[in-house]
Amino acid sequence: MSILVDKNTRLVVQGMTGSVGQFHTEQMLAYGTKVVAGCTPGKGGQSLMDVPIYDTMRDVVKQTGANASCIFVPPPFAADAILEAVDAEVPLVVCITEGIPVMDMIKVRRVLDSQNKTRLIGPNCPGVITPDQCKIGIMPGHVHKAGRVGVVSKSGTLTYEAVGQLTALGIGQSTAVGIGGDPINGTDFIDVLKLFNDDPNTDGVILIGEIGGNAEEQAAAWIKEQFKKPVAGFIAGRTAPPGKRMGHAGAIISGGKGTADAKIEALEDAGVKVAPTPSDMGTTLQSLL
Amino acid sequence: MNIHEYQAKELYRKYGIPVPQGIACMSPAEATAAAKKLIDETGNEVVVVKAQIHAGGRGKAGGVKVVRGVDAATAAANEIFGKTLITHQTGPEGKVVQRLLVEQGLAIKSELYLALVVDRESRRIAIMASTEGGMDIEEVAASTPEKIHTISIDPAVGLQGYQVRQLAFGLGLSKQEQKNFSKLLGGLAKLFEKEDCSIAEINPLILTEDEQVIALDAKVNFDSNAEFRHKAFWDSVRDLSEEAPTETEAKEAGLSFIQLDGNIGCLVNGAGLAMSTMDTIKYYGGEPANFLDVGGGASQEAVTQAFRIILESDAVQGIFVNIFGGIMRCDTIANGVVAATKELGLTVPLVVRLEGTKVEEGRKILDGSELAITSAATMAEGAKKIVELAKG
Repeated sequence: MSILVDKNTRLVVQGMTGSVGQFHTEQMLAYGTKVVAGCTPGKGGQSLMDVPIYDTMRDVVKQTGANASCIFVPPPFAADAILEAVDAEVPLVVCITEGIPVMDMIKVRRVLDSQNKTRLIGPNCPGVITPDQCKIGIMPGHVHKAGRVGVVSKSGTLTYEAVGQLTALGIGQSTAVGIGGDPINGTDFIDVLKLFNDDPNTDGVILIGEIGGNAEEQAAAWIKEQFKKPVAGFIAGRTAPPGKRMGHAGAIISGGKGTADAKIEALEDAGVKVAPTPSDMGTTLQSLL
Repeated sequence: MNIHEYQAKELYRKYGIPVPQGIACMSPAEATAAAKKLIDETGNEVVVVKAQIHAGGRGKAGGVKVVRGVDAATAAANEIFGKTLITHQTGPEGKVVQRLLVEQGLAIKSELYLALVVDRESRRIAIMASTEGGMDIEEVAASTPEKIHTISIDPAVGLQGYQVRQLAFGLGLSKQEQKNFSKLLGGLAKLFEKEDCSIAEINPLILTEDEQVIALDAKVNFDSNAEFRHKAFWDSVRDLSEEAPTETEAKEAGLSFIQLDGNIGCLVNGAGLAMSTMDTIKYYGGEPANFLDVGGGASQEAVTQAFRIILESDAVQGIFVNIFGGIMRCDTIANGVVAATKELGLTVPLVVRLEGTKVEEGRKILDGSELAITSAATMAEGAKKIVELAKG
């Protein structure tokens, strides 16, 4: 049917009353997402765009049966918002917020790893969309088309790029998932690939990575071992200068991994067809179907 | 964000981490006075004069001198101050030394390596220690990885005694050294977390004949995302002369900007798209002049500022605006492009590709502006067009 979200998804927006939260809640409602609640401490009892607002996430879940959350809370309070959603046992939490301190995410990730009720997507991601059913996040809905190709990506705008190309080729998407570009996040490539592997309505996948870390290499190794469907890939940052925003000692743990070329090599070794430019992502996937 | 060694050492002192006695100096004259003071206080004629720049490899580049006596210290300070140091981390243009650190000399028994980093794989703070101090640690990792001992800190319980012992035994420390190492590492772990570091590296960490463990060098990088927690302190230690002025200017406007060597300016939203826009320009035979991510919530003013920053470089012979709007609205970008073009009197070719949220409104604004803007339907088309136009 798709993965993670569908027409039965009941969404709460944490930080709905801020300007960004409000703009995108409006967009999600217009797309047809069932936004059942907002959560802003101190504004409980009010409503916005006919969506009731609650003070706490426990209230939200109890009163509305929300089963997914989308977070637009600013960085200083975002980790707290994620943890509140985990505490309320919301099954899917999508955090859009960019700029959460790494130290906060280390703690959040530790809590996530010690429970099995909540999955976090992001932070610093565009969200998750199952076209024509449910859009959680900030992606432009109109470029999507329902269909049978999955997309998983570290980059928001490159996800739109891939989806736009697929749609232009007449190829629809089952679900598109932005896992975010932060060094520590909630869900990685392999988690999403596992879901696509088991989804009878996904025929192939576009995987979009970028320089830094080794999530792409790990995904490649897993694809080689386990993934049963064709994968097209793209890695951003082939021409990026080394050393910028990536620390000296940080490179040591991954032992020389992290360059675009190493990632492309790992993916190709796993049988992934890597697009030469980002404009070829759609046609590369098309050639595999 | 980077800080200088002397600033990192002041921070280390605050967390009880032993560092040599030292005095930061803003001129050679101050260095003379500092050397005299240190020699008087310690009774040791040996002092070290160290260049303070935001880059490693200073020793090899001639930025660190161990000398005996005040006159020699003065001579060393005069030699290093104002000198352009070129190391593997400064780039070919090097960095001019404008600050010095004068420290007491210490009798070194052996040199170790110690670093705390955020490990993306374990999703924790990792501590790495090695007996191969003073060396390029990347070389050690490549040639003798078994000489690097690594543990990671569980954020739920913090650094544990057994972990410190694992490292201490791995380093072959004596009982007294273990005790001192344990205290130092506890302080460093606390500093790392409380001060929101992304790297805290001591290379070398030294053992002295009297079994002291001392941070002879100190490097600290902060996680920029945590600036809101440390604004006042970070502002007080930030050395703007160490940062590229355009990059600082961009940061103040909420933009992420990195200067590159090419001739095609890029204005893009999203880090992934910005990087792959550079990749695509290069693929079609051009050279990007910069990386510029206007981010999610950029205002019209920020877009204008982005144009201004791109145009500050004389090398720019064309600009490619590549936007796929999600949070970023195409109408905002279009208004910014038009305002900037009018205000700055754009004389180089401009190719704009808009897609996504509010794209129709954005295109209308551009079409109605009667400006010489070349539009492109895709990233590849835009890249091809700007590469051709920039050739003239």
